[in-house]
Amino acid sequence: MSKELINTEGMIKRFPMGNREFTALNGIDLKIGKGEFCGLVGPSGSGKTTILNIVGTLDIPSEGTVKVLGNDVGTLTAKMAAKLRNKHIGFIFQTYNLLPVYTVYENVELPLLLLGYDKAKREKMIMDALEWVDLVDKRDSRPSQLSGGESQRVAVARAMVKRPEIVLADEPTANLDSKNSFNILSMMENLNKELKTTFLFATHDEKVMKYLRRKISLVDGKIAKDERIK
Amino acid sequence: MFKFLVKGLFRDSSRSRFPVIIVSIGIFLVVFLQAFMMGMVKDMINITAKMDSGHFKVMTRAYEELSSVVPNDLAIMDVDVLLEDLREEYPDITWTPRIRFGGLIDIPDENGETRVQAPIAGLGVDLLTPGSIELNNFNFSDTSVLEGRMPQEPNEILLSAKFAEQAGVKVGDQATLVGATMYGSMAIHNFTVCGLVKFGISVMDKGALIVDIEGARQALDMDNCAGEILGFYEDMNYGDRREESDKLREAYNAKYSDENDEFSPVMLNFMDQNEMRSLMVTMDSAIYGMLFLFMLVMFIVLWNAGLLNSIRRYSEVGLRLAIGEGKRHLINSMLLESLVVGFVGSIIGTLLGLALSWYFQKYGLDVGYAMENSSIMFANVFRAKITGQTFYIGFIPGMTATFLGTLMASRGIKKRQTAQLFKELEV
Ligand SMILES: Nc1ncnc2c1ncn2[C@@H]1O[C@H](COP(=O)(O)OP(=O)(O)O)[C@@H](O)[C@H]1O
Ligand SMILES: [Mg+2]
Repeated sequence: MSKELINTEGMIKRFPMGNREFTALNGIDLKIGKGEFCGLVGPSGSGKTTILNIVGTLDIPSEGTVKVLGNDVGTLTAKMAAKLRNKHIGFIFQTYNLLPVYTVYENVELPLLLLGYDKAKREKMIMDALEWVDLVDKRDSRPSQLSGGESQRVAVARAMVKRPEIVLADEPTANLDSKNSFNILSMMENLNKELKTTFLFATHDEKVMKYLRRKISLVDGKIAKDERIK
Repeated sequence: MFKFLVKGLFRDSSRSRFPVIIVSIGIFLVVFLQAFMMGMVKDMINITAKMDSGHFKVMTRAYEELSSVVPNDLAIMDVDVLLEDLREEYPDITWTPRIRFGGLIDIPDENGETRVQAPIAGLGVDLLTPGSIELNNFNFSDTSVLEGRMPQEPNEILLSAKFAEQAGVKVGDQATLVGATMYGSMAIHNFTVCGLVKFGISVMDKGALIVDIEGARQALDMDNCAGEILGFYEDMNYGDRREESDKLREAYNAKYSDENDEFSPVMLNFMDQNEMRSLMVTMDSAIYGMLFLFMLVMFIVLWNAGLLNSIRRYSEVGLRLAIGEGKRHLINSMLLESLVVGFVGSIIGTLLGLALSWYFQKYGLDVGYAMENSSIMFANVFRAKITGQTFYIGFIPGMTATFLGTLMASRGIKKRQTAQLFKELEV
């Protein structure tokens, strides 16, 4: 396994559009190593989400090779892809996607249930995760009782609870005000430092960009600039 | 994980309540209709059995062959011996003799001249032995007699009220039966009309005469004879004993019936008579047809409910895919949920259905109130009947309909690529 967690070479993604094809990604070469805190930035439609989906094994590239933790995304079976996501990849979405019928605790528990961990182990991991995002006192609340900022912190806890290698966050601050945005970003930054978790954002939010240590700018499905900051 | 899913299912009332209610209502109807139809079948069986065929009927072979013309010259002789044998061999069955006969009834005026003369169907049954099953069979009691009272002597008769009205016969009148004796000579016998009854069965209301069997014997010179011996299961529950009754009849005939002796006894059971066997098969398929129909309707409703639910749960589906749940696992968990819903709904529906069936089994539905005259003896009270089947029948459509409904609804998830789903789900 190369030391890169994520390694794409000549990644091309085309979507059928009527009877023609639309090229959303046009030759992406990208290496992301362990512990990076980086983001895909660019205007809407530039291909950010498409990259996250492929790296997250929810989709496959049309051409090129994409390796995630040494696995070739293009040739993974659905089952293996699910397993990879289950164990090693956490997702954070713009709209939180908490399950409304479950408590905060239970929402964070779901990934661990899928991993088949026993109750004691789950409890310990959930409480750790809730501590990271400072929501221990809300463990029995329902999502409807939470503010937007709190909801997104639950989503972060849910993504982080299994201590994945990679967290993919698609526009995580788009629905948050600046105070909550900064709050959640500094939480993620701390987790990145403490746990060495690799974060890959997709964003066009200036506030997020301030935190990024590496900014990969996309234009029309191509990398226009790839800069490391400090 | 199972616990987790069930917890969610029951917290999300919109997800569980609607399907549970649908299933409950459907199953309630299935269960109640089943019990109601079983009750109707039981009533139908018993009315026919009481009036005509018994659950079992023993005759001579010769009488049986010509039974449509009521050949009393071929009746059973020394009937007390045969009765005793039957009662000894089959103590669970109540045996009772009957004589059917035809003839003319002649009502004289005050001068002894014929005032009215009409053909009549006569039935001699055991009315005078205390506790005779025939009193139950015909719902006979002094209160069920429309006018007058029950016979207290062998030569007192009951007439159908409609016939009496048309013939101008009143309680207390003399009535002369003109018929044939067992030995072929003319029989003329005087009876007294002691009561008028309404049977609620048109053939009998048209012109029937009921007399104690001793009276019939005297009139027709049939001492210690009877055309038929009828047998009834004590609890009147024939429907559950069809096979048993076939075996019993077969064994009896093998033992006692002699092909070469036309006066040897032969036994028929309920289904051997009046085309009842094919009618019962038809009733059975009617019940299954009804079940199938309900299942289909429920299946379609639940399928749509399942579709709606999947749509409402798109973000959950997407999230679970992203977290790394396999599609198969996801669908299985939805199917599992559907089974839980089906099971809970079936239980509720079955309990409700049983409760209502029990009520109608105990108290019956008295359509007599709806009819003009409530003194009709038969078929005015519909009773439900709870059978073993009533307890489980609801679970068949309840579980399958929810399961199949969800299976159809989840096909959308199965067929699509994960990426496509994810995009559609707009997580
Ligand atoms: N499943 C799809 N089918 C067709 N076109 C798609 C699909 N997914 C994305 N696209 C197109 O690809 C382009 C890049 O989309 P996306 O990666 O979502 O951009 P971003 O996240 O940067 O806004 C857009 O033009 C979008 O319309
Ligand atoms: Mg996007």
